[in-house]
Amino acid sequence: MNIGIQLLQYTLSGITIGSIYAMVAIGFNIIYNSTGIINFAQGDFVMLGGMTAVYFYKTLHLPLLLSGLSAVLIVMCVGILFERFVIQTLKNPSVITLIIITIAASILLKGGAMFIWGKDAYILPSFSGDKPLGLFGATILPQSLWILGFLFLIVVALAGFFRFSIVGKAMKACAFNRRAARIVGINVNRMVLLSFALSALIGGIAGVIVTPITLAHYDRGSLLGLKGFGTAIFGGLGNMPGAVAAGIIIGLLESYSAGLLSSGYKDAVALIILLAVLFFRPGGIFGKKEEQALKTF
Amino acid sequence: MKRLFRTSYVKAGLTFIIALILLMVLRNPYYVGILIFLGINIIITIGLSLLMGYAGQISLGQAAFYGIGAYTTGILTTKLHVPIILSFPMSVLLTVFIAFIVGIPTLRLRGHYLAMATLGLGEIVHIVFNELISLTGGPSGFGNIPLIRIFGIELDNDYKYYVFVWAIVALIIFLSLNIINSRIGRALKAIHKEPTTASTLGINTSRVKLYIFTLGAGYAGIAGFLYAHYITFLSPGSFSLGFSVLLVTMVAVGGMENIWGAIIGTTVLTILPEYLRFFHDFDILIYGVILMAIMMLRPEGLYGIKIPLKRIRTND
Repeated sequence: MNIGIQLLQYTLSGITIGSIYAMVAIGFNIIYNSTGIINFAQGDFVMLGGMTAVYFYKTLHLPLLLSGLSAVLIVMCVGILFERFVIQTLKNPSVITLIIITIAASILLKGGAMFIWGKDAYILPSFSGDKPLGLFGATILPQSLWILGFLFLIVVALAGFFRFSIVGKAMKACAFNRRAARIVGINVNRMVLLSFALSALIGGIAGVIVTPITLAHYDRGSLLGLKGFGTAIFGGLGNMPGAVAAGIIIGLLESYSAGLLSSGYKDAVALIILLAVLFFRPGGIFGKKEEQALKTF
Repeated sequence: MKRLFRTSYVKAGLTFIIALILLMVLRNPYYVGILIFLGINIIITIGLSLLMGYAGQISLGQAAFYGIGAYTTGILTTKLHVPIILSFPMSVLLTVFIAFIVGIPTLRLRGHYLAMATLGLGEIVHIVFNELISLTGGPSGFGNIPLIRIFGIELDNDYKYYVFVWAIVALIIFLSLNIINSRIGRALKAIHKEPTTASTLGINTSRVKLYIFTLGAGYAGIAGFLYAHYITFLSPGSFSLGFSVLLVTMVAVGGMENIWGAIIGTTVLTILPEYLRFFHDFDILIYGVILMAIMMLRPEGLYGIKIPLKRIRTND
């Protein structure tokens, strides 16, 4: 195989994994925008999506499409329950309390998944077969196309939702200024609930569609969450197109470093980027310098 | 008399005496082993509680500093045959140095950003432990770390090591109580309450935070040293992200308000799993439930829950 084809191969797998990071980052952004909270359980929503889909498919023998849909619904319910019965009951929580409570949620989801499904890794069949498609000598799995397609769909749907629907606009208003939003009659609590639901929904989708490639395992959430957060920071926290671009860039860098340098250090790449961005440009690479000067990090 | 009990000498001394009495009572070597781990964990969580409770910052990478301390002394004593008397300061200094370098940019960040930065840092260190196979032995680790010998006595059984570890715990408590009551401690409280006011009063907020972050890392380095020479075998599994999160859980469950909260939380979460052997694989679920319950019902932690002793006494 010549180097060109090899590079193309790394590019394709980098874009695939980057799309997943982008989806996790979008989940972070939605909750951050409406509440200012970083949800440390975001990666575990993804894990939960994969695990429940496997459960419906393998144990209850539902058809694949139905398993996926029910898994996404269940993750969304978990997100709603978490917001309604935990986050909403806190009175004037400090940032440390919020961090610890979402960490607690992450531990609970992880521990619950291990309790129910044990420590094994599970796989789902690909949505449309495992026969790789050729592309200029490199190959791409049909599942990767599904992942790209879903990312595109999510981005378009979210852009439409925030731009054209009244609920989406209300959520955006909460993100800009909660008090002003409340004064004009927006039910802020309901918008926060909705943002958790939406973010869990996207996490669930990511979990279902990635399982045929990377398997589902109870302990997969933390690292995925960390990389997703790195992606969100890289693109600028709260910035949706930034998240997509950053996801693809990080996916590509990770894939190239795994292929060309060493596969052991590939996980470190995303984390080093995360630290570098946090230290030097905490507003993300797409943020304006002047805008960043006004924020506190 | 009452005033005497408030001094840090007496508090640290009493801790040591209680530890010695416990040793006399518990002649079961299994329990002694657990209490050695308890002492090691307490050293880390006291540092973490200074950072969380007093400086209002959070570190999700404390296991990394613990690991750096342990691996440094392990590698120095086994591969380079450095005597332990030298490897101790070297491992603690290296941990402190790394924390200082990393802390300079990291502590400019706040809240969520700091939490994620330290989390990322911890994960990177963990990856390095796994991948730097020539030095660390990779995922399978390395062993044959020598035992500690002080004043001609080799700490070759759990009872001797227990006394050594708890003496250090008492020293750490003494040091920490004095730091809390020093200028830096008061500055920390001011930063925690009103960062803006504190900086207008001439407190260099980022520098004070950096001091306390490095101090906490130094404590973790000492704990790592103690761990390495007790277990005499190191592998990356002991220094994972999960352990960092567990340490934060210990401090949060006990209470972030002062170091006794950290000690209580660490004790509960170190001893409890031993009684829950029945659920051995599900300890993580139980940690999650405990942490969630504490944060929702009593975010200030277990410390200071009033046990109605007085009422019982007046009823007599």
